[in-house]
Amino acid sequence: MSDPVHEHDRPLSGPALRVKALESLLTEKGLVDPKALDELIDTYETKVGPRNGARIVARAWVDPAYRQRLLADATAAIAEFGFIGRQGEDMVVLENTPKVRNMVVCTLCSCYPWPVLGLPPVWYKSAPYRSRAVIDPRGVLKELGNEIPEDVEVRVWDSTAELRYLVLPERPAGTEGWSEDELAAIVTRDAMIGVAQVTAPAESRR
Amino acid sequence: MNGVHDMGGMHGMGPVEIEKNEPVFHAEWERRAFALTLASGFRGRWNIDMGRYSREQMPPAEYLATSYYEHWLFGLEKLLVDEKLVTANELATGRAEARAGAEGTLKASEVAVFLRNRRNARLDDDVPPRFEAGDRVVARNIHPVGHTRLPRYARGRHGVIDRDHGVFIFPDTNAMSRDKKPQHCYSVRFAARELWGPEVAACDSVYVNLWDDHLDPA
Repeated sequence: MSDPVHEHDRPLSGPALRVKALESLLTEKGLVDPKALDELIDTYETKVGPRNGARIVARAWVDPAYRQRLLADATAAIAEFGFIGRQGEDMVVLENTPKVRNMVVCTLCSCYPWPVLGLPPVWYKSAPYRSRAVIDPRGVLKELGNEIPEDVEVRVWDSTAELRYLVLPERPAGTEGWSEDELAAIVTRDAMIGVAQVTAPAESRR
Repeated sequence: MNGVHDMGGMHGMGPVEIEKNEPVFHAEWERRAFALTLASGFRGRWNIDMGRYSREQMPPAEYLATSYYEHWLFGLEKLLVDEKLVTANELATGRAEARAGAEGTLKASEVAVFLRNRRNARLDDDVPPRFEAGDRVVARNIHPVGHTRLPRYARGRHGVIDRDHGVFIFPDTNAMSRDKKPQHCYSVRFAARELWGPEVAACDSVYVNLWDDHLDPA
């Protein structure tokens, strides 16, 4: 992986050179506007990310009526927060319970719910996860520090259509009485993909 | 196509490594490759299924040896040439031979609306479903040379319709001939043991989104 800090000190090569040449060509031809490219990048670097999804999860934990709407029609319930659009057109929420763990993958490419989680991390798009999530989900989860008891069902969801999944993790014990904002702060991206559980770290407990 | 992109169930790819505090992009060229792909797509000369198919056509050895945004770059260059927005010679030399009009070019002021607009994979067409929740089905044993969203690991396997999501564009034809072929898309539940044999947990399952044209009654 290249180091973004030192990127500019080195002469460009490989894909960096090709992308630069392509951007110059498309700009010269009038096919793209570099200012629009900056805006697209800024959107996903600073505006849209897993904090959006965390707000959905926290709301579902504190508001039973919202949780019900979310499970019945995820697209509409998520749109209540204004999280809509590209790669989140049709949402499905998968609820974890003490007996069911859900885990999301896209074995064929990299489908991921952008409006609520932002752009996918490298591991999610990588060959190890895409190949193993469906055949050995328990092995993957164990490696990531989540051993799943035998009597808990693991459901893997392969995102092969334009439906996008968000896992609703279990609310951790010890968070009774927490505010929605406090809860949102402990919800992680990985928990909403389904490869981690949400925990309430001792130091964050009130 | 039976391509290397269809990775579900393959072995030997190594451990899943989650990077702590991962940045959204790891290099400036990744930012630009991402944005160039979206901005070029704004012109509407190809659909998302054609986009996926373009990346799947990267030679398999190259696909495995390169990073994610290199797949995007390969796909974008291919689409630009295939759809005649850029000539192969322009791509090779980097010099424009002709200019397009500004019409249809995404402007910075249009980005927010562009990203919030729904792209309609879900269709209003009144097409009856072939299956309903609880129906037993078998995924077709097909091996199309073109694009398909039916992963190899599910072909020929028996499952149960978990839910009907309604009518959607059928990617397999939309990628190849822009034929939307509206039909129902389902979540199909496959028992893990049906897919991977007796060594895996009896209670586990894999849910795959499949369309009417991928399924037969079982």
